Amino acid sequence: MLSDRIFIVVGERDGIPGTAIAACLEAAGEQLAYSYTACFV
Amino acid sequence: MDLVAQEEVKRLSEVHGVPKLAVVLGAPDPESAEIAAETFIFGDPAYAGALAGVQLDLDVYHVLEDEIRERIPDHIWEEQIGVMEDVLDRDGLIEAVTEMRRRRDDGLGPPG
Repeated sequence: MLSDRIFIVVGERDGIPGTAIAACLEAAGEQLAYSYTACFV
Repeated sequence: MDLVAQEEVKRLSEVHGVPKLAVVLGAPDPESAEIAAETFIFGDPAYAGALAGVQLDLDVYHVLEDEIRERIPDHIWEEQIGVMEDVLDRDGLIEAVTEMRRRRDDGLGPPG
């Protein structure tokens, strides 16, 4: 279902940061188009 | 929902096409997960960003959902996500995002 997709990562500083999600997906061999960490203060 | 992310997601959907994309969220609570999923599926409910009035119907998942988790090698998952999986309201997060996908798939539109 999610095979051959390009992933967009929208993490949050108070949840799971984009960098952590991106590292996971890259380790899984997935293609990333964008990784971002929102910060609401 | 973050305005920078909205702008970029809109641009990427135009470049790659919606069917090719999937969005993965790291939202900390069900409320913010719901707003993010709604924004990327039905458009910005606050009418503040680039996705105001723009229904992309993107596939949106929270990173803690099995569809994402099962793709990640265990040691990387532990290293990067690890403790946060135990701290966050996993069931609530998953419910919030899957409900928004269900509303899309059932043709119900955004909540409210």
